[in-house]
Parts: sequence; C-alpha cells; structure tokens
Amino acid sequence: MRYAETGVNLEIDLSRGSIEKEGTDPKLTELYLGGLGTNAKILWDRVPPETKPFDPDNLLIFSAGLLAGTPAPGANRTIVSTFSPQTLLMAYSIMGGFWAPELKFAGYDKVIIRGKSPKLVYLWINNDKVEIRDASHLQGKGCQETEELIKQELKEPKAQVATIGLAGENRVYFASIEQGRSSASRGGIGAVMGDKGLKAIAVRGTKDVNIAQPAEFFELCSGVLKYIQNRADNPIKGVPPILAGLGSPQEMSIHDEQWHTASFAWGNARVRRKDFWNKEIEKQWMEIQDKAVERLISCYNCPMKCGGIITHPKLERYMMKCYSKLTYTMAAMSDLDFGFKIAGLAQEYGVDGYTTPQVMAFALELYEAGILTDKDLPGFPSDNEERFFWLLEKIVRREGIGDVLAEGVYWAARKIGKGAEAYDHNTIKKHEQIPIKLGVLNPIYYIMWSTGEKINITQIEGQIPQAPFLTKEEREEFVSDWVQVPNEKFKEFVLNWEPRTLPYYPTIEASCELVEWQETMHYIDDATGICAGLSSFPIKPPYHIHNLPSFISLATGMDIDEAKLWQIASRNRTLIRAINVRKGMRRIDEKPPEDHWRKRFPEMEVKLLDDYYKFKGWNNEGIPTKETLDKLDLDYAGQDLEQRGIYKEKKVKVAKRDSKKEKSQGNKK
Amino acid sequence: MKKIKVIKIDVDKCNGCRACEAICSAFHAEPKYSSTNPEKSRIRVLFDPLRDIYVPVLAGEYTEAECNGRDTYTIDGKVYDECSFCRASCPSRNLFKDPDSGLPLKCDMCEAEPPLPEPLCVQWCLSDALTYEEREEEGEEEERPNEMEIGLEVLVKKYGAEKVMDTLARVSKG
Repeated sequence: MRYAETGVNLEIDLSRGSIEKEGTDPKLTELYLGGLGTNAKILWDRVPPETKPFDPDNLLIFSAGLLAGTPAPGANRTIVSTFSPQTLLMAYSIMGGFWAPELKFAGYDKVIIRGKSPKLVYLWINNDKVEIRDASHLQGKGCQETEELIKQELKEPKAQVATIGLAGENRVYFASIEQGRSSASRGGIGAVMGDKGLKAIAVRGTKDVNIAQPAEFFELCSGVLKYIQNRADNPIKGVPPILAGLGSPQEMSIHDEQWHTASFAWGNARVRRKDFWNKEIEKQWMEIQDKAVERLISCYNCPMKCGGIITHPKLERYMMKCYSKLTYTMAAMSDLDFGFKIAGLAQEYGVDGYTTPQVMAFALELYEAGILTDKDLPGFPSDNEERFFWLLEKIVRREGIGDVLAEGVYWAARKIGKGAEAYDHNTIKKHEQIPIKLGVLNPIYYIMWSTGEKINITQIEGQIPQAPFLTKEEREEFVSDWVQVPNEKFKEFVLNWEPRTLPYYPTIEASCELVEWQETMHYIDDATGICAGLSSFPIKPPYHIHNLPSFISLATGMDIDEAKLWQIASRNRTLIRAINVRKGMRRIDEKPPEDHWRKRFPEMEVKLLDDYYKFKGWNNEGIPTKETLDKLDLDYAGQDLEQRGIYKEKKVKVAKRDSKKEKSQGNKK
Repeated sequence: MKKIKVIKIDVDKCNGCRACEAICSAFHAEPKYSSTNPEKSRIRVLFDPLRDIYVPVLAGEYTEAECNGRDTYTIDGKVYDECSFCRASCPSRNLFKDPDSGLPLKCDMCEAEPPLPEPLCVQWCLSDALTYEEREEEGEEEERPNEMEIGLEVLVKKYGAEKVMDTLARVSKG
C-alpha cells in the first residue's frame, strides 16, 4: 500500500484523446517528495528545451502535494507546472482550495496533460472513471459560471472544478486557472491550458488516503491546530497587524491597510503614497469592506480565513483571495470599491491579479506619455476607472491593443516600441513583480529578487521580520520562542539588527544563509502541498524544519530527518534551476528592476551574486556545477548540461541578450 | 437525571473548510486515523458558496423511505434547498452512506474509551461553528426500546397480536 500519496498518475493525451493510468516509482517520492519536486523531474525528463510553451509536446501538470488529503491542516495545495509563454522558463503556480484533496480521494497524485485537443474539451475524473468531454458549449464562459455549469451537467455538486476563463482560451500570457476561492495565476499557465484546448478539469473522489503511522500523525496534526489557536490569541508583538498573524495576509478581515498602501507603489509600480492612509480613508474603506465581505472562507482543512465571499450590487457573488483586493485599487489610483468591482470581473475572465492591473496601468502611462494614442485606443473612455474596465475587456479578448497587452508588460513594450521599453520598469525575467519600490538596497532581498526560481517574491520570502525591533528587550522577547530557526545562529540576525544599517546588514554570508533558509521552506511546502500561509510565509509558523520531517515520515512511512529533508528541498530547487539553465537562463537575467531601490551599490551587488552562487555550488553564471548536481543525485542533469556545452559557453553579454532576436510565442494558433 | 450530548451548529460561523469531515472520517477509520475520506464522514458541510449557504449536518438515523413531500427554508432571504437541514441517511440522496458498502453512517459523538472531552469535529472547528454542550435532563437514563420493538408494538396495538404473528409467519416464508 502507498501512504499519503496514491501512487498513480493520470496521463492524458489530448491530441489522441487517450487516457492512461500510470503507477509511479516510490523511489521518486524518496528523492523529490511530490508536488513541485516530482513535477520538475517529469518536465526535465519529458520536455526538451527546444519545446516551446505552445507546442503540443509541452506538458501541463496538475499535482496534488504529497500530504494533500491527509489530516495535516492546510495541506491542500495543487501545484501546476509547465513552461511559461511569458518568461519562456519553467512556470509554476499553486492554488489552495479543494481540488488537490479531491484528486487524491479519486485515487491520483497528478494529472499530466500533453498534446492539444482540436476542439474545446473538459476532463471529468470520477474515481476510476475518467472521460474527455465536449466543452464547446462552455466556450467563452466565465470561470465561476463554468464551474457551476459543469457541476449541474454532471449532477455532482461535490465535484471540484479547475477552469480557465476567456483569457485562458485566448492565450493571454497572464491567464489564470481558477478553482472556487483559489487560483493558480502566475506565469501564464492558464494560457497553456487554453492552448491545449482544455477548458476545465472536474474531479470527484470517494476513496481513502492512507497514513502510515496514524496515531502519531494525528497527534502532530492536533498540535498544529493548538498552535494556530494560540497564535490567534497571541499575535506577534512589534510588527504591523498584517504580519502579526498566520495565513496569507488576512486581507478579508483586516481593515488597517496602512502597511500596504504606504509600502507598495501605486499606478504602474510608480508612486509611493506614504501619507495616503488616514482616519477618513480608514473609515471609508472599512465601510466598503464590511459591506462587501459577506463571509470569511477557507481552503480544505484549514482554520485560517484568507478568502471572502464578496457581494457587490453590480456583480454576482464571488470569492476573493487575499490580496487582489488592493492590486487593482492601487494600480488605478482608485478606491477599495473599485477594487472589489473589477476583481470580480477579472476573476471571471481568469487573469492574474498581480500582473493584470500592472499591465493596464502601464498602458495608461504609455497613453499619457503619447506613446499610445487615440488611434491605438479607439473609444478609450475618459473616466479613469472606466479605462481599466475597457482595457480588461480588450486584453481578455485580445482585441486591438489588447492583443499586444495580452503578452504582459515586457513583450508589449517591445512590440509597441517608440520608447515604451522605458516604462517596463517592474519586470524580472519578463514577469511583472509585486509593485514595490524602496529606498536602500537590502542584501537579502537583492539575492531573492535576482535568483528566485519562482519568479515571484512571495513564493521565496518568509519567516523573518521585515524591520528591526528597536529595543534589546523586544529583540530578546522575539527570539525567546523562535523555535522555527534552523539553528540558534539565525537568532543573531534579529538580536543584532539595528535600524538604518542597510545595505551592510546582515553580512553577505549571513544573507546567503537567510535566503537559503527562506527558500528551502518554500520548496518543502511546494512538495508537500502545505500552504505557505501556515509554513514558509509568515513569521513563526506552525510548520517548520524541525517538525516537517516527522509529518512527512509518519504520513508516508519513509524515514526522513532534517538533513534529508533539507537535501530534498535543495535537490528540487537545483533541478528547477537546471531546467531553466537548459532553457537559456543566465546570470544576466538575474537582476531586480533598476529603480527597485533608490540607493544602489553596484560593486556590492556583484559580490552578492558571486557569493550566493558560490554558496549554492553554482558557477559564476549561476549554473549548478557538475559536482553540485552529482552530490544531489542529479548527475543526469550535469551530464546533459555538459553535453550541451553549457559549461563551456562564454559569458552572455548584455548587448547580445537585449537584441530583438528573442521571440515571444506569438498569438497564432 | 440523564445526560444529553448536544453539538450546537452556528451556520453563520462556518468557513467551509471541512476539517470536521476530514477528522471525522479519520477517527472512524479502522485502525483509528489510518485513513481520511470525507465521503465516510458522519458530518458533512452542505455548501453553496455562491449563495452563501454553509450548513454542517451530522448524520442521523437511517431511513428506508424518502419523504413524500419536500420543504425549502428561506432564512434572511436565502433559500435553503430541500433536505438541507435533514440528518437522515435516506434513499433520496447520496449522503451518509459508506461509499464502499453502501451501509448507512451515523454520528456516534466520537464514542471512545477513555471518552474524548468533545467530539473531534468540534475540537477541529476553530471557527466555533460547532460547539459542544452536555446538559442534564429530568428523567431516568432508561433503556429505550429498539426500532423494531417500537414498530411491532404499533402493529400489535392496531391489528392484535394474533394477526401480526400470522402475517409475520407468512411474509417471512416468502
């Protein structure tokens, strides 16, 4: 018997219309755990670097995390992996909700999609019975609408449905996959789903997920709940409310938006409004939010309430995730009511809540600068908010200028030309980042923004406070119960942190270690399917490096200790780097936007990357050395990189890379 | 005095996470906690987020026949479907039946030796949509006649013992 996992993957070939059930090798679980780890292994093995994101041979993998469906609180994540039409690198996005546990209960760990269907279809997985069904009647339907229609059609109100909207069908490079209150949004994976002609995957399962050592595992899970309850009663002192608790930021219940509105940049990641938040705004926004949020809701088996059911007189009820509440609001320099209004519509079209508002604000800047004119935007409204709605409609339909904007800021800027490139000031590796523009370079964040394999900072950062505590007493109190640190040494980071010591604090060496800790925890979560909101993201989470090995061992029956788990996370992290290196990613791609900090330190930045690469066992181009790969049992990857001559190539120069030779995927079917 | 065990359900507080289903099915697995499967849970959250309807329902008695008519409830303008609040394991719906054997499932308040302080669904509901209460009521903790006894008693009163026995003999031959 297999424990925690089912040991079966579904292999779907949409070109041939074939459905196969494949038993998986338990050895792969020992090496990569599951979720993102095993997804990466499959992508390495089966998708050669020459394959383009919209080629039929690109795979789209939906994976339940290793612990999804077990009683471990918050273990509910679906990890979707493919190659991104936007970044041309490995795309990886995860969603909470209810889909992954349902897949496990149906008897599968992963659904691996290859090929392309000639007409729009959806997949119906009902325990052992799996069928590819016609979806022509669902063409153009919204995500929520599709979910409802499929459940009615199948007469299965308990089915869980992951679906794309119009944006995915039209291969918008930032199209999402939506599932109830959750979505996998980053990297344009919805566009790949649309390109494959797959509208949705509905799943229903009524089988058992087994646990190897039940009684002990149950005790651990109960402990997590007790810890969560305790943290709810005792928020962390001395940090902003948004950072004091667990979960994703509790955006649906927290009213105090001082921190986001002052720290994040408005418009096209352009303006800091440090004085925006005042009593009057607070009162106004509180009223708007209390009226809009009807109920706080959760993902499967998780007590945190990161989502909300939203009612708005102009919209059908919808479910909102944490932060999309403010992304549209701030991009449009508008208010919260606008945010609730447009987010509901955008979600129905199925687009990423981070990228979409930025692309629209970017277009608006180009218009104001005269780079885009009325000729490019016929019928462009004069009202600010109306403009955002107008742009959204154009983008999801790829109509007119929307066809260009649908590829994101990086590609749109290059297609539009006429100086538009200068307005692309918030992308890394061709992907829109969280709109943050700060003062002085932070060495930890410099490394993370530059080298993060997941393209998105919230999937890399976590665990550590964002600002120093002012007094010795506060610092000592903070570290007194900081059991989550890998070892005592990490406490020094907080104990010795004085205000205004950036960029020289912490040292480069300490920064490397802090980055590794943060990203290691994320890579563990992405394999287990435990939500980052209870593990790698917040300060002092219930899951940490000292108890996760027990969770995994007791659930699966494998014998995993801390060192082994750290090694697995390093293996997964390094394999993903090898995949991207094989796709052409090099040191030159690893840099935050120029205006990310006002005060930059070029020499130090070089050293930060040099030292971090060395620390990770990568060469000076950021390529894992053969020895490093061998040590992580990834010798096959080292051999491949060697055979391709990647270790021998000369340094890629800026001028060469910035030439217009790079091609977007284009939008022709 | 007899002890009454009550699980109080506050539908306004339910966040729809279904932790109650997960842990109920784990508790009732054999061996205990060895598997999870919400379909085997004796509590289900009937929910429909787009109508903001969340109703945790505990499995009650098995019933052979479905109701002749159905009801809907409208509460605060929200229409709750027929059967929303019904606890029966009944032929009209696929609820509270073991997916493997088809046998009815019934909440036993997590009977265990030593007894749990509260049923597990309550312990795992940090939203307090489920809370537990024990209260004493007047009257003896009496041995209740089982269902068949109740049924037979009714028939004997109505038709007389002889007729019931004759009929019983006849139908049990077939």
